[in-house]
Amino acid sequence: MSQVSMTVNGKVRKATVDPRVLLVYFLRDQLRLTGTHIGCDTSQCGACTVMIDGRSAKSCTIFAVQADGSEITTIEGLATNGQLHPLQQGFWEEHGLQCGFCTPGMIMAAVTLLKDNPSPSEREIREGITGNFCRCTGYQHIVNAIQHAATKR
Amino acid sequence: MPSRSVGRSVVRKEGRGKVTGAARYIDDLTFPGLIHARTIRSTIPAGEIVDVAFGFDTSGFTLVDYRDIPGRNIVALIDDDQPCLAERLVRHVAEPILLLAHADREALLAADVRIRYREAVPTYDATTSPIAFKTIAIDKGRIDQGFREADVIVEGEYRTGHQEQLYIEPNGVIAVPEHGGVTVYGSMQCPYYVHRALKVLLDLPDDKVRVVQTETGGGFGGKEEYPSMIAGHAALVAIKAQRPVKLVYDRVEDMLATTKRHPAVIRHRTGVKRDGTLTAIDIDAVIDGGAYATLSAVVLSRGVIHATGPYRCDHIRIRGRATMTNTPPNGAFRGFGAPQTQFAAEVHMDRIAEALGIDPVRIREINALRPGDRTATGQRLGRDCSALAVLRETVKRTDFKRKWRAYARLKASRCLKASRYKEGGSRGIGLSLFFHGAGFTGGGEVKLASKASLALTDRGARILVASTEIGQGTRTMHAQIVADTLGVPYDCVDVNAADTGQVPDSGPTVASRTCMVVGRILQRCAEDMRERLGRLTPREYLKRHGPLVITREYERPTDMAWDDNSYRGDAYGTYGWACDVAEIEVDRETWEVKPIAFTTVHEIGKAIHPVLALGQIEGGSAQGLGYALLEEVVMRDGRMANAQLTNYIIPTTLDTPPIDVVILENPYKHGPFGAKGVGEMPIDGPAPAAINALRNAGFDLREIPATPERVMVSEKQEPRHALHA
Repeated sequence: MSQVSMTVNGKVRKATVDPRVLLVYFLRDQLRLTGTHIGCDTSQCGACTVMIDGRSAKSCTIFAVQADGSEITTIEGLATNGQLHPLQQGFWEEHGLQCGFCTPGMIMAAVTLLKDNPSPSEREIREGITGNFCRCTGYQHIVNAIQHAATKR
Repeated sequence: MPSRSVGRSVVRKEGRGKVTGAARYIDDLTFPGLIHARTIRSTIPAGEIVDVAFGFDTSGFTLVDYRDIPGRNIVALIDDDQPCLAERLVRHVAEPILLLAHADREALLAADVRIRYREAVPTYDATTSPIAFKTIAIDKGRIDQGFREADVIVEGEYRTGHQEQLYIEPNGVIAVPEHGGVTVYGSMQCPYYVHRALKVLLDLPDDKVRVVQTETGGGFGGKEEYPSMIAGHAALVAIKAQRPVKLVYDRVEDMLATTKRHPAVIRHRTGVKRDGTLTAIDIDAVIDGGAYATLSAVVLSRGVIHATGPYRCDHIRIRGRATMTNTPPNGAFRGFGAPQTQFAAEVHMDRIAEALGIDPVRIREINALRPGDRTATGQRLGRDCSALAVLRETVKRTDFKRKWRAYARLKASRCLKASRYKEGGSRGIGLSLFFHGAGFTGGGEVKLASKASLALTDRGARILVASTEIGQGTRTMHAQIVADTLGVPYDCVDVNAADTGQVPDSGPTVASRTCMVVGRILQRCAEDMRERLGRLTPREYLKRHGPLVITREYERPTDMAWDDNSYRGDAYGTYGWACDVAEIEVDRETWEVKPIAFTTVHEIGKAIHPVLALGQIEGGSAQGLGYALLEEVVMRDGRMANAQLTNYIIPTTLDTPPIDVVILENPYKHGPFGAKGVGEMPIDGPAPAAINALRNAGFDLREIPATPERVMVSEKQEPRHALHA
């Protein structure tokens, strides 16, 4: 077993973990942050995307011990003082979601996209979230939602 | 008077939870004392179980096999042929045999169970399988006479593959033993299907079984009937262990074991006059049911009823067969038989046009169903038949005819110098015209006798239905219908959880029926409530008269009739109508097909919530393009060989072109505010449109998915005369 300490959504979290435990299981099972979802187990779908030290990453691709000392933001930590992040607002208002299962990961991927490129074109948005699968929307309203958020920032 | 919400794109009811991570899907829930379950499945496609041995210390485990079933060992649905746990016979790979449970997931996964089998010879070919779950015959007019009237006869055989629903949230449930019965929470479309299956399996009365839908991460039919199996497994373990049990599949198990779209082989023989008028349509359709009947009979039914496509013809013969193979059972998937048969019809229609030397638009204009025409089952279409309207709008919007001719000319010139042609793409444009019946087929809605309830609240009303929110917007759209009918703001209507302990049986959330059929029952509840309120506000009424709950049941429109024996009559209350145009490019290095533009015009009666309706159409179109071009289930020795997202490919943002949607509204008189169904129709059209675009680019495909391997070998050698046409 290993000791880890990381800042998750602004709070320092210390824990003992099995070195084999993936970050996504640590977040979900040990910290009970269940907004980060598991869709494929093979790092394709992106439902488990979180921010690690300011960059989007699929939390099923790294072990919890590798995130030791990192700063993690999950979907639960994106709103500030109850005020939704522009991307959360965008996905809700522009119907960038249907079943909602891919949504947290999609939003967390879009955070980095907008950070790198505050006013992306449609093509750039599509390229930026190509690692996140959605089976409901055909992506059109997801693109709209991200564009909507870009104009709000 | 509060502002109307119908026709406006209000915010969705459960949106906040979904963007903040607060929404709880099944794997997000836990209960005190919860243990995990695992399903031990067959590894052979056909045979008998000889012996089961445990290669681990079983203490601390709960073990369940068929002998632990208190009721009947079946997954109750239509035909009671599928066991919940195999007893002796095994009919497919991944058939459930045993259940293990343990508090520690790691210990559970490490448990080694060895099963010895006596193998039998499996059947994999649906067309030669001797066992048919269902056969259907549809006859209209006299087929011989139709062929005598024909100048030309065009024949063809078309094949479609399996398709995996691939909801992003895998299947899962939690079963909790309580009050001498069981409560099952889970990701599902049809709580009352699960409720009934559990009662039969566990031999429990109505009130000892409770089923609660949790937030559900997509369904597309994949959570229509299969959750009854998973719920049964979890419930058996929960009852034996007397502890809450979680049974959530990982992606591989979900893809290996659960239902998929039925593969199909469809043969057409069509008589046509030189001017393009259809005189005879003769269709033979075989769908592969897999190892057990599940919903194959009704999938076949919808498939054959839609098999002609939206065309008029006096002489029709359709023969349909759903057969057994030793592969995991196929089941419900958005479209439910119609995507397969309309793929064949629409690719065939382009080949008929080609045989006659007329263009794809003209052949469809000549033959498209009009108001007053009769379908294959003899249903007379009303004024809301919109086949020509959607065709014309799509053709105009896409400049189809000009592009189609331009690409055809390019193709011809390319053939001249084929040997010198090395690089660059080949483009094509293709069209499909299609329709989709809304609601259960034939007498299905009468048999279901769905109920909906509305309870008066201080602010407005609370909706009580078993219809599930699986992403499509059920809660939002139902609340809009009730708000406007009752005359209260949208925000004053709330929606109860789909919990069989609290809501009546509104039937399953399938068949594009949730808006049109259940929405209409709710609208009648709201009309009655409005009348009861009179001039009182909800608060005043409650104060003066006490609680008010109104329940109404489905009423068949009096102008509908159906005979299940002869397969004649009004197969559906109404139909939606749509036309797709796909423009594709073939990469001549890799033979990949890329959709570069996609346009669709859908006539859906009335868009209760325009943006949600667009979402259904865009999402269904993308799924249809995946079906056409990318999604291949590779079955090897009866086992899915690519059961993970690494090599079962679904469309990403870059595989999905921008989708241009136009909604037309031609109201259905028995739908709420004129609405028809919309959920399934979008997936019927993209595959034939894409394959017809490939034909336009010079590739003659009769099978989907159009993988690079298939595209590479399908390039047509143009006959010389075509160059001078």
